[in-house]
Amino acid sequence: MSIDTETARRVAKLARIAVPEDRLPALAGEFNAILGFIEQLQEVDVEGVEPMVSVTPMRLKRREDVVIDGNQAKAVLANAPEAREGFFAVPKVVE
Amino acid sequence: MSLTDLTIAEARDLLRAGETTALALTEAHLEAVEGAGALNAFVHHTSEIAREQARAADERIRRGDQPDMCGIPIGVKDLFCTRGVASQAGSRILEGFRPEYESTITDKLFRSGAVMLGKLNMDEFAMGSSNETSTYGDVVNPWRAGNSDANLTPGGSSGGSAAAVSAHLCLGALGTDTGGSIRQPAAFTGITGIKPTYGRCSRWGVVAFASSLDQAGPMTRSVRDAAIFLKAMSGHDPKDSTSADLPVPDFEAMLTGDVRGQVIGIPKEYRMDGMPEEIDTLWQQGIDMLRDAGAEIRHISLPHTKYALPTYYVIAPAEASSNLARYDGVRFGHRAKLSQGDGITEMYEKTRAEGFGPEVQRRVMVGTYVLSAGFYDAYYNRARKVRTLIKKDFEDVFADGIDAILTPATPSSAFELGAMQDADPIQMYLNDVFTVTVNLAGLPGIAVPTGQDRRGLPMGLQLIGKPWEEGALMNVAQSLEERAGFVARPEKWW
Repeated sequence: MSIDTETARRVAKLARIAVPEDRLPALAGEFNAILGFIEQLQEVDVEGVEPMVSVTPMRLKRREDVVIDGNQAKAVLANAPEAREGFFAVPKVVE
Repeated sequence: MSLTDLTIAEARDLLRAGETTALALTEAHLEAVEGAGALNAFVHHTSEIAREQARAADERIRRGDQPDMCGIPIGVKDLFCTRGVASQAGSRILEGFRPEYESTITDKLFRSGAVMLGKLNMDEFAMGSSNETSTYGDVVNPWRAGNSDANLTPGGSSGGSAAAVSAHLCLGALGTDTGGSIRQPAAFTGITGIKPTYGRCSRWGVVAFASSLDQAGPMTRSVRDAAIFLKAMSGHDPKDSTSADLPVPDFEAMLTGDVRGQVIGIPKEYRMDGMPEEIDTLWQQGIDMLRDAGAEIRHISLPHTKYALPTYYVIAPAEASSNLARYDGVRFGHRAKLSQGDGITEMYEKTRAEGFGPEVQRRVMVGTYVLSAGFYDAYYNRARKVRTLIKKDFEDVFADGIDAILTPATPSSAFELGAMQDADPIQMYLNDVFTVTVNLAGLPGIAVPTGQDRRGLPMGLQLIGKPWEEGALMNVAQSLEERAGFVARPEKWW
């Protein structure tokens, strides 16, 4: 599997990272080196093997579905780059 | 003896005997930190908090209430969220972030009276093996090779923690380990570092890299200290559904020094082509030491070892791409300056391009790719199946009667900062070749300083244990430590 500039552009877009046009060929090259390394996995016989879900066999704990926390709007917003009137502020998303 | 030369165990005993105070210990270490700017290990200083905690610890000791870590000055990796104190994971994208909450582990440690001297440098989001990807700049290893004054890497990603403990700036430090990030820097700086069983310590409030692999652990100057420190940070946490609801044993009490009859496995797959002869020799010496101590040595095979790194470089980036999606410039940290007409997508893209360094960007994008439609099965699902096989390799040898496994900790001793600058990323990834299997299998692993190379740099061996048997593992590690008699320390140049 070889990654071209077009695929690199698409991946950057999916990852929501702005990559300048002139960086894309080098990025595609780096991806190819890493994917070439990963390619070895194709030679392993994984017939009938379950994909790992949890490294330590455990049953997830259950808890009562009740409110345990809340009324912390100030703390929640304390680190926001921009907050107004109790909300996170972002550029306009609806026309 | 200077107060900064004590082990945690010695400091605890002196405090208990009333022969020193937490404040005196803290002041001595704050002074050491102050004088070690050249190492770039401490990146956020919390001397006021430290003094306050030390006074509270002294008060508590006067009342006769002294948990083991009470009054012990430690450093905290920048990956841990600490209330009101900058917690940036070594990244620009978390610039200015001051958590409103305390991670479970630091909370436990503070409740037991530990004193935080400051936050420690690390590779950005714990992605790196040389502490060169940090937004704070490189950490410098206190060790130097022979008469050279070249700056060496302390390893990574817990490079600040390793340098700080090795240079006696704190009695112990918190690290985290996703593929070797405690054990590799411990080996590079001549200290001890243990990654406990996955689920032993809560991950709540620890900035996530790859959640199925991440585990925190202590970095210390002795195995006994690791046992003391680990006990204080372990235990079930309802806020982390993967933390195990198991009792935490008294690890220190399990250090009996008796390893007679223990069966130590030596995996043939860990003898790598091109491995420096000194590492091979060290490994053989370690085998001899444990045999002398009465352990039985058995040669074993872990057939899927060579697939561990490629498996890791699918699973870790995949989980990272998902975990790091939260850095969007909305809720915390950095937001890029926007141009006229920029919408929310441009805000995300510019923020993440400015906030993430090159290695983090690369891994997030690799993760995005292996999880994308059409490749999910070929890469991600296949890697999860190979991970099952890697874990089974270990289960098989443990079922055959192996108690612990001895391997080299790293494929080399510390290299020069900048040496890997032009190498392809895979070359750097190879640093974790001996440690990454342990994360994939969720096992405990410990690096113990065992010798020095011909340039005087420390080298370590790794012991791998059965799940939840950190106590037995540390007992074997202590036996190795005793026989290796590693007492060298870096000569102060900083």
